[in-house]
Amino acid sequence: MDLKELYQDIILEHGKSPRNLGKCKGYNHDAKGYNPLCGDKVHVYLKIDNKKKVENLTFEGEGCAISLASASIMTELVNGKSFNEAKDIMNSFLNMIKNKSEIQTVHLSDDQKTKLMSLSGVKQFPMRVKCATLSWHTLVSALEGKKNEVNIETID
Amino acid sequence: MKINDIKSQFPIFSKKINGKSLVYLDSSNSSQKPISVINRLNDFYKNEFSNVGRSIHSLAVNATNKFEETRVSVKNFINAKSKEEIIFTKNATEAINLVASTFGQQNIKDGDEIIITELEHHSNYIPWHFLRENKKAIIKFAPINEDGDILIEKLKELITSKTKIIAITHLSNVTGTIVPIKEIVEIAHKKNIPVLVDGCQSAPHIKVDVLNLDCDFYAFSGHKVYGPTGVGILYAKKKWLEILPPYIGGGAMINEVKKNNITYAPPPEKYEAGTMPTAEVITFNESIKFIESIGMDNLIKHENEITNYALEKLKKINSVKIIGNPKNKAGVIAFTIKGVHPHDIATILDEDGVAIRAGHHCCQIFHEKMNLVATARASIGIYNTKEDIDILCKAIENCIKIFNLK
Repeated sequence: MDLKELYQDIILEHGKSPRNLGKCKGYNHDAKGYNPLCGDKVHVYLKIDNKKKVENLTFEGEGCAISLASASIMTELVNGKSFNEAKDIMNSFLNMIKNKSEIQTVHLSDDQKTKLMSLSGVKQFPMRVKCATLSWHTLVSALEGKKNEVNIETID
Repeated sequence: MKINDIKSQFPIFSKKINGKSLVYLDSSNSSQKPISVINRLNDFYKNEFSNVGRSIHSLAVNATNKFEETRVSVKNFINAKSKEEIIFTKNATEAINLVASTFGQQNIKDGDEIIITELEHHSNYIPWHFLRENKKAIIKFAPINEDGDILIEKLKELITSKTKIIAITHLSNVTGTIVPIKEIVEIAHKKNIPVLVDGCQSAPHIKVDVLNLDCDFYAFSGHKVYGPTGVGILYAKKKWLEILPPYIGGGAMINEVKKNNITYAPPPEKYEAGTMPTAEVITFNESIKFIESIGMDNLIKHENEITNYALEKLKKINSVKIIGNPKNKAGVIAFTIKGVHPHDIATILDEDGVAIRAGHHCCQIFHEKMNLVATARASIGIYNTKEDIDILCKAIENCIKIFNLK
């Protein structure tokens, strides 16, 4: 196991100063996520335009460096994407973490993929995987307009 | 007493964790097991196994005798009046549920009040919450101050004519607060209110004398007292065991069974239905012998020394904040590092072989009160040394370095 791989500079930096923090103006979708194991909470706010594109994406939350960095990076990468593109990005992210594959989505640039790959260190720390995936599952829940809070413990 | 001799009795410390020697600081969660305990369990299964109870063959008689020997050892360990006051359960949680359920069934009605405290582990809250849900009981929380001490005067004010029971921890699993149980029992008994004590953290680390405390119920888990999992202990005054209804029904807890009438066995069997964790209960006797071989006074002296050393060293690290500063403190140290989430602390410390716990430690009420989501917790056991604390502090410094604080 390699701590340096888990706590890369970009993770520490996003963890310390998360981007797109707070409620975005005029949000029309939102969802809450919860990790009962550690008490981490995230609340995702989305403004979707009439073409089903993410016009704005922000979050509020408290959590560890991994969960804050993951949420922060997510808001950067998903902004401006359509519903389906966002889902595809999430699936390739989850696939990367679970199956140790590359990021395969066509909806991110190489630089963006590199940024997302900075979260790949969690693969070696099974107890920390859910820290990284909580905000993503919550995003999908918001996109799909689900009412229930996402409980990450019940998601594989 | 040579502490290194004690550590060497625990085989796990010869294993490497992430290539490092194990520094185990999670004894509040569960303690490691000495070789004598491990051998006893193995030996019982290899050479002596039988169920206890009503079989007449030699193995069964031996197992029954050994099982009852543990009951006597436990009785002596906590200074109960008689061995019939010792009930085996699967853990302390089940022991508290047993009391909440049977006492509640018999004594709690709509609007009755139960007093617990803001220090309680969920296992001494949720069983009472069931009575709030099912019997419309009211739960009142005796408040604590910033130091993590229970405000006894405020607790007194919560008592009314509707108060039916007080359930309270003996030793906090977050702040290490040693609660003045005797004083609280005196207050409660003046109003004829029984007291249940959650002794999970006290049984392994301080002297417990239930006769002197005069509490009505005292619950603890064997696995925190250097024993196997699957063994919980409920001490209850005889008068309660005689009048409370049984908890779980089945074999062994009956006297006579007819189609239209059933009579129950006298306590403790009344509360021990079905096959018990026979091997584990018998093995638990070795855990008590292990503590006795060290001597409780020596154990306390050693753990206090390590705790004070840890507190001194941790206080010298700038970004570390120790949670709570109770008047009487045992070896449980919850802390935070400014700018680092406890889960990140736990992961980074684990890389150095240092096992701590991070989270709310099943005490969300406490954390909410202190405006904390989570804390890191280092808890001391008999095997810990000053060197362990040095390694802990070095690992914390590393954590601070990784997060580039200061």
